[in-house]
Amino acid sequence: MAGQTQRRKRATHEGFLRHRGFLFLKIGTVLCVGVTAAYLFQDQRLPRGGGTLLGYGLGTAGALLIVWLALLGVRKRAVTNGYYSLKAWVSAHVYLGLALIVIGTLHTGFHFGWNVHTLAYGLMMLVITSGAVGVWAYATLPKTLSDNRAEATRKQMLARIRSLDEALLDAAQPLPRIDAEIVRLSLEKTEIAGGYWQRVMQNWDNCANKAAIAQLQPVLAGATGQQAAVLRRVDALMRDKADALAQARKQIHITALLEGWLFVHVPSTFALLAALVAHIVSVFLYW
Amino acid sequence: MSELFRIAIVGSGPSGLSAAAHAATKGISHILLEKTDHLSDTIFRYQKGKHVMATPSLLVLRSDCEFGPARRETVLERWNADAARAGVNVRYNAEARSIAGARGDFTIALANGDTVRAETVVLAIGTQGNPNLLRCEGASLPHVQYQLDDPAEYIDEHIFVLGGGDAGIENALGLIADQAQGNIVTLVDRSADFARAKEANVKALFAARDAGRMTILSETNTTLVEPGWITLETPQGAVRHKCDRIIARMGSAAPRAFVEAAGVRFTSEARSAFPQLTGAFEGTTPGVYVIGALAGYPLIKHCMNQGHDVVEYIAGRTDLKPADEPILEAKLKDLPGALSVSEWLEFLRSRVEILHGLSPLQMREFLLDSEVKAFRAGELIFERNGVGTSLFGIAQGAVQVEIDPKDSKVTVPIPQGSIFGEVGLISGRRRGATVRAGEDCVVVEIPRTATLKLMAQVNEARETVERVTTERQILQIFKSGLTPADLAEVLPLAKTLEIKAGQPIMTEGEEGDDLFIIRSGSMVVEKSVGGKQVFLSYVPAGSYSGEMALLDGGRRTATVKAAIRSQVVRLPGEPFRRLLAKKPALLARMREDVASRRKINAFLEEKKDSFGGVVDMYSSVASFLIDQGIGEATDVLLIDETLCVGCDNCEKACADSHEGLSRLNREAGKTYAKIHVPTSCRHCEHPYCMTDCPPNAIQRGPDGEVFISDACIGCGACQRNCPYDVIQMDRPPPAKPGLLAWMLFGMGPGPGEPDAAWRDKKAKAQPERAKVAIKCDMCIGKAGGPACVRACPTGAAIRVSPEEFLSVALLERGQG
Ligand SMILES: Cc1cc2nc3c(=O)[nH]c(=O)nc-3n(C[C@H](O)[C@H](O)[C@H](O)COP(=O)(O)OP(=O)(O)OC[C@H]3O[C@@H](n4cnc5c(N)ncnc54)[C@H](O)[C@@H]3O)c2cc1C
Ligand code: HEM
Ligand code: HEM
Ligand code: SF4
Ligand code: SF4
Ligand code: SF4
Repeated sequence: MAGQTQRRKRATHEGFLRHRGFLFLKIGTVLCVGVTAAYLFQDQRLPRGGGTLLGYGLGTAGALLIVWLALLGVRKRAVTNGYYSLKAWVSAHVYLGLALIVIGTLHTGFHFGWNVHTLAYGLMMLVITSGAVGVWAYATLPKTLSDNRAEATRKQMLARIRSLDEALLDAAQPLPRIDAEIVRLSLEKTEIAGGYWQRVMQNWDNCANKAAIAQLQPVLAGATGQQAAVLRRVDALMRDKADALAQARKQIHITALLEGWLFVHVPSTFALLAALVAHIVSVFLYW
Repeated sequence: MSELFRIAIVGSGPSGLSAAAHAATKGISHILLEKTDHLSDTIFRYQKGKHVMATPSLLVLRSDCEFGPARRETVLERWNADAARAGVNVRYNAEARSIAGARGDFTIALANGDTVRAETVVLAIGTQGNPNLLRCEGASLPHVQYQLDDPAEYIDEHIFVLGGGDAGIENALGLIADQAQGNIVTLVDRSADFARAKEANVKALFAARDAGRMTILSETNTTLVEPGWITLETPQGAVRHKCDRIIARMGSAAPRAFVEAAGVRFTSEARSAFPQLTGAFEGTTPGVYVIGALAGYPLIKHCMNQGHDVVEYIAGRTDLKPADEPILEAKLKDLPGALSVSEWLEFLRSRVEILHGLSPLQMREFLLDSEVKAFRAGELIFERNGVGTSLFGIAQGAVQVEIDPKDSKVTVPIPQGSIFGEVGLISGRRRGATVRAGEDCVVVEIPRTATLKLMAQVNEARETVERVTTERQILQIFKSGLTPADLAEVLPLAKTLEIKAGQPIMTEGEEGDDLFIIRSGSMVVEKSVGGKQVFLSYVPAGSYSGEMALLDGGRRTATVKAAIRSQVVRLPGEPFRRLLAKKPALLARMREDVASRRKINAFLEEKKDSFGGVVDMYSSVASFLIDQGIGEATDVLLIDETLCVGCDNCEKACADSHEGLSRLNREAGKTYAKIHVPTSCRHCEHPYCMTDCPPNAIQRGPDGEVFISDACIGCGACQRNCPYDVIQMDRPPPAKPGLLAWMLFGMGPGPGEPDAAWRDKKAKAQPERAKVAIKCDMCIGKAGGPACVRACPTGAAIRVSPEEFLSVALLERGQG
């Protein structure tokens, strides 16, 4: 009965960038300063580059760091029972990943050329740049995501569109065939999400619901009596649907931005790992 | 004169049916009266295909009907066959309305006017009760019904659903689910809002109305029913509508009134009280017996055993050992003293004060839930800050309470017969002191639910627990070397009050010097600053309030009101001040508390001038969180939406650490000032979900986690009782291939909850598992703590306790 466990339960309320009072930013800075100092104060008579003692050191450190940075993908998904904090991992990932710019660059001794070595370097910079874009996205977009959804879940957004569709179908029953075609356009041809670029660019000009509203206007203007009442209801429903679509699409848009950079970050990580292996192998072969 | 049966059994549930089958097998003249046209209506009404569970598995089944874990259909078929084979004399559509007479000649009046005579009556009517009937002219017309079995049955009808509770709303939504059925549905409710129903249901209801798919009439009563028509009294006046069918879902009346009318008394007024029974199930009217769920035994196996036993008792047997004997034997076998089960029961009953009022039958049931433990002198019983909500009674020996956290030598003894551990029981919070055995002793540990049951059943038990609790809680809160003797003057004047949510216990500017101890629930302290109510602080159970006016005189400087339904003890100011005069240590301690509370007030007032907006924000965020039930939570998941990127890694981690089902719905739930309270268990101080769980499967773990054990039978009661909608009924999906297999070879559905298609495909290959209740268990037993928080990449997901979060920390957040 008396066995109160000593589990760690709470995480402090600090985002990944500020984690533990910018601990990893501090570590990363110290690392960069130290490495730069070593580079500057090394024996001036020796050549610079990966072949020196410092070069080997920095290269090894860089390679190990890259492997560890890449393991974030595993850490994120392996839900083990012991204590870890993915937030702490990401915090270290960001700041130590940035420190890699200094470590990697000084390792090369600024010897660049059209070879596999420079390819590895280029890929590394690509991964880092995309990571920086990701940090920008993570730091700025959540607020808009939250504002846009206003407590609605993705499921509810879709359900709202669906129920408006049902209401549209109902409302359109008394319409003659030719007018019902307009409603059918909105019901059957409206695409909510579209392709990835469409999501990022928010290009919904060809939205069927929008077209349907446009086509309805002249019909509505000419209608009278009972007919006009039905068309007004249809028009109102399609405008509600346009609002609902706009909300869902904005949600999809922001999500696409929040994930999009990973489509560069992760594949180029794999390419980097391959190029790095090639670099290291070639360096030892041509020794 | 009609036939006089030896036994009339009312109700053909597992208990009544088992009784009738045993009577039939023994050749005793009997009649089984069943209200409906089939056996065992409660089980008949389970969801189609439900797995009926046969717990506790240790208990042997003693019945002439068979029973084991199986699907609902199988169980019912078997029982029908068993009843026929035994030759049970059953009468269907025979609802008993009243029972008159005395042992030897009872007359049972049926709803259709017939009467049945019997020497003894066994009441086995369960706890489902009877639906409240529509009371207006025409209410007995055939198109008025009280249940909706299959909404798909009705086509092109004008249907009125009466009652805005969950049942009514769910029925109404069911009827419009398929538009092709073309039903025109109206929901009628007496009240203006749908306060009794779950939020999700109410939302769906309004959505359906807004989509023009049904009509809602609130503040409306039914006044007349005619074939094809209904007349309603609405706030706008009377209206008459075309109506083909009326579905009345206006709640049900507990069967208690019926039982009491037969002369059987209940143990107390409490809603949870049971009839007063002897060891042979006989009530306070000789010849009337009560068994099954109504007698307090909600599991089918218990019910069936009692059906068998009650017939044996009526037939005159006295030496029958109850079927739970082996379980009790196993429980008691390792204890010193080599007593038999009944000797143990008597030993405990006579020695522990709060058990004195129990009957032998109640003692048995009580012991099934409780544990008897022996401790050697000096052995640890529980530790300060440990989580535990059970109560202990001392049957032999005495214990020592270490009241000073710094010095374990300072102890207070508690003698044999008394209780301890009661503070955790009342407030649901951590243990306030370490307790060791003072000498070799035997104690009985009573889980919280069993204690509450005990207090509802036995008045003396309730009074004793309350008296002891108040005294100890005061000693514990003030510490400062107080002894029970010091409180002799104050305590008799103490008054326990029930405070409704939102009700103030003191109001700013008012006269008053009483001191309040918060026994359960919690309070918020507010002050009017610049014409606005500003949230000052949160006072959890186990603290006190009102000390400023008590010490310094003058009027109340703030308003203190209940965040949730709470219980407080009011101590009058005058005698307490005399106590303070005698105890300088206590006075000094209270002065310290006052000083720190003053500081917060001053800080806020100062801020208010310079950063008015910040304080307003702080205050409104606090009120929002309290509205979301944080005031009764012990640990709640919050999401900071300025950080959340919507990756759902929290949900995936939850699913992957819990058999593939996420217990968290991140998106659902309310948000204010970018603080989001997702739909996930709050681990309430007094969990509503625990109240009606038949197998007692919901418990509190060592870190305060409210979790559901394997004993769950999937009845769904907890799901209905949880006000925060965080419990789902589901079956765990089949196991997935490992993470590496997915990462390297793309095998399986990947991290997170597998989609329905994959589940269906996989499930075919495996036997189907039963649906059980699923909810957050705060990752109980996992060394790293809750997975949702660990797995959040941005730090958006945090778990907090209300004391921690509803503090100045929140204010700092507002600034930074
Ligand atoms: C959804 C659900 C799932 C459950 N799952 C399980 C499970 O898996 N395993 C388990 O062990 N327990 C389970 N339980 C609990 C169990 O079903 C009940 O506790 C048990 O049925 C009680 O049996 P009983 O004989 O006391 O009363 P009931 O089974 O309630 O039977 C009472 C009978 O009396 C009849 N009756 C009532 N009033 C009158 C009257 N005035 N005149 C004549 N007849 C009357 C009723 O029509 C009914 O047939 C579940 C409960 C629910 C609600
Ligand atoms: C175990 C790790 C590493 C070892 C042992 C290593 C070794 C070397 C050596 C020996 C050289 C000198 C080759 C030459 O001058 O011809 C070199 C150069 C270089 N390395 Fe590395 N390296 C490592 C990691 C890295 C990493 C992580 C990067 C960056 C992604 C990198 C990028 C380069 C580049 C761009 C050059 C310059 C090529 C040139 O001089 O033409 N190396 N490395
Ligand atoms: C060469 C260096 C780097 C490598 C190899 C690398 C690799 C990775 C990998 C494999 C992931 C996991 C993606 C996933 O599984 O979802 C990831 C995530 C991420 N990386 Fe990097 N990364 C590097 C540098 C950086 C840098 C410099 C930054 C920031 C400036 C950065 C920011 C991020 C962020 C924000 C995430 C997302 C975390 C999450 O949402 O779980 N990375 N990186
Ligand atoms: S893991 Fe964190 S960032 Fe991702 S959805 Fe959950 S709370 Fe938001
Ligand atoms: S399930 Fe509901 S009632 Fe039970 S502890 Fe959790 S939030 Fe409270
Ligand atoms: S945990 Fe819930 S579903 Fe399971 S038996 Fe208890 S009340 Fe019923």
